[in-house]
Amino acid sequence: MSDAALAAMTHELAQTGNPSSLHGAGRRAHRVMEESRERLAAAAGAHPSEVIFTSGGTESDNLALKGLYWARNGADARRTRILVPVIEHHAVLDTAEWLAAHEGATITWLPVTSDGVIDLEVLAAEIARDPASIALLTCMWANNEVGSVQPIAEVVALAGPAGIPVHSDAVQAFTALPISFADSGLATMAVSGHKIGGPVGIGALFVRRDAVLTPIQHGGGHERALRSGTLNAAAAAGFAAAATEATANLAAETERLASLRDALVAGVHERIPEAVFNGTADPAHAGTRLPGNAHFTFPGCEGDSLLFVLDMLGVHSSTGSACTAGVPRPSHVLLAMGRDEETARGAQRFTLGHTSSAADIGKLVAALPEAYARAQKAGMAAQVSSIQTAGTGFTR
Amino acid sequence: MKVLAAMSGGVDSAVAAARAVDAGHEVVGVHLALSRMPGTLRTGSRGCCTVEDSNDAWRACDKLGIPYYVWDFSERFKEDVVDDFISEYEAGRTPNPCMRCNERIKFAALLEKAIALGFDAVCTGHYAKVIRDSAGNPELHRAADWAKDQSYVLGVLTHEQLDHCIFPLADTPSKALVRAEAEARGLSVANKPDSHDICFIPDGDTRGWLAERIDMTPGAIVDQEGKPLGEHEGAHAFTVGQRKGLKLGTPAADGKPRFVLEIRPKENKVIVGPEALLAVDELRGIRISWAGLPIADASAGTEFDCMVQVRAHGDPVDARARVEAQEDGSNVLVATLIEPMRGVAPGQTMVIYQDTRVLGQATIDSARSTAWDPTLVS
Repeated sequence: MSDAALAAMTHELAQTGNPSSLHGAGRRAHRVMEESRERLAAAAGAHPSEVIFTSGGTESDNLALKGLYWARNGADARRTRILVPVIEHHAVLDTAEWLAAHEGATITWLPVTSDGVIDLEVLAAEIARDPASIALLTCMWANNEVGSVQPIAEVVALAGPAGIPVHSDAVQAFTALPISFADSGLATMAVSGHKIGGPVGIGALFVRRDAVLTPIQHGGGHERALRSGTLNAAAAAGFAAAATEATANLAAETERLASLRDALVAGVHERIPEAVFNGTADPAHAGTRLPGNAHFTFPGCEGDSLLFVLDMLGVHSSTGSACTAGVPRPSHVLLAMGRDEETARGAQRFTLGHTSSAADIGKLVAALPEAYARAQKAGMAAQVSSIQTAGTGFTR
Repeated sequence: MKVLAAMSGGVDSAVAAARAVDAGHEVVGVHLALSRMPGTLRTGSRGCCTVEDSNDAWRACDKLGIPYYVWDFSERFKEDVVDDFISEYEAGRTPNPCMRCNERIKFAALLEKAIALGFDAVCTGHYAKVIRDSAGNPELHRAADWAKDQSYVLGVLTHEQLDHCIFPLADTPSKALVRAEAEARGLSVANKPDSHDICFIPDGDTRGWLAERIDMTPGAIVDQEGKPLGEHEGAHAFTVGQRKGLKLGTPAADGKPRFVLEIRPKENKVIVGPEALLAVDELRGIRISWAGLPIADASAGTEFDCMVQVRAHGDPVDARARVEAQEDGSNVLVATLIEPMRGVAPGQTMVIYQDTRVLGQATIDSARSTAWDPTLVS
């Protein structure tokens, strides 16, 4: 957490009062809550009444998809289609699939280019095919794995004339790219606290004032009756502080991270020419890629082996996602971008943040060649062993 | 040393890893994911590789302050252990999947990956002991606790594999002490039940599991001289030494029960006979391997005294053994048993010992009773 977020949150944790209470302590907490709402709204270019606090990005995506689907389908039963790019986060993918399995929705999967950007021609054709059957369209602002920024303005422009509400998962983009919810034309937009230096356990769904959602969670009617539950003033204060700080520094920090990332990409290409850089390029640092994201596939090695060697050397990287038992799986994003399973297994994502420095990049680039060689050897070991074994069995 | 601790999520591997840490090694815990579709929670003492097992291993590593990873060997495991298990049964033999896993996964695929990533050795919670001779060559020995001894399932390990093995539980007098130690160390798995049976057959019904994967065709049940006695629903459902479930109706002439003597999958025939013919006094094993360096008698082809064990938890019997060179250049391990054994099936592994030392192993190709001539059944 950022210092500002930690200070705001810990100060508030020591106070008494439920923001919904009418007594003095409640009024004090209410003021903190509403000031946090205003600060968060300002950071995202939204109106305070459009901020619905939730427990995080996943809940925000669930509320947006289910809420929009139920409301739109309830108003007109023909609206059953949900348009979903294949590279969405699982919080969106699994929610859409749940709606298909249990609520009569049908999913129209939208393909992406080899750079991981939504194919606008296909989107236009899918909307034109039967606009009246579409309940909603969802499109993440920037992809969490390969960093590709999506053309949200164009997506909204295609959906708008048909009156189709658009949701965007902006968890990765918020405070990494300039965002204005008001200008975007989105119906809903999900953000998360811990991704921007705020606390874990809080997020928000921005809901345009004219957007109609059916709530998932019922109770005391908090948050425009879209998300009942006692308000968490301390976490909201921490979240708002982090958002305010991050947006104030956005331009300078974006440029700093993008330059560091370019140095990392150049260093990797120099040391390991066969490594493939994935996702969109960002030549003029104009916001076509998340500034702190560098994603590669390293041929002939398992991503988890490379992660392991780098981890031992003190570099923390990621390789796709893991199942609940911790087994790495080939990334659905890379597969959607046309990579085969073997290539996808060699994925490695390096994420830079506010503590990353040029020295860190130097350390990583220096460590990579040996780490890559070891990971390649380990990858081969998983296929065939050269260790002498007893060679039992008749069949092999 | 840099040591990779293979962590199943059970108490033995957790305590083994703890002891490796105490011994001053730089230890990393690794859980092997062997199934693509892991169950979520354990039920009873069967199965493994559930999410719960993975979490138990993770918690043990947290407690020990060592890194934890999950490595996926599900493809290798399927090919080398599960598919092999099925095809061995199809061929009428009785394989031991735990030995295959030790031979090809834990101490081959895992070990090799570990070495590639910079480790010196793999540590497991097996009850067995590696001793070095004066020249530093590894020898495999039984664990101090003979009741828990697992040297049999490690009998397939070669010199090169043993060179990179650490078994910290070798000298533990009993499993109860391992549990007590886990408790004292605050490891949450201290009272977790032991695993039994075959991990990839969670309900323990091996016959039912095989029946879903092997083509079952009805065929003849014949006696030891080839006389037809009845029909079976599929030869693979039988095992040598089996008495129940033959459904023959008419009793034997002497009124005594009949037992399965042999299964001939090619002819789809099950041969049954009196208990006396189950007694085996000669074993012939192929694909011999030595757990370390072979003893001089084995290399010279001279006969030597040893003990033979054919099951993980079966009593060893005294035998005289020799290595017999074949015309095709291969070697056969021939063991003449001093006291006969019952119900030995081809495909089982014969591990030979001298005192506590494991000399090596071979896969049983034929198990003969000199009282019966199998060629009587044509």
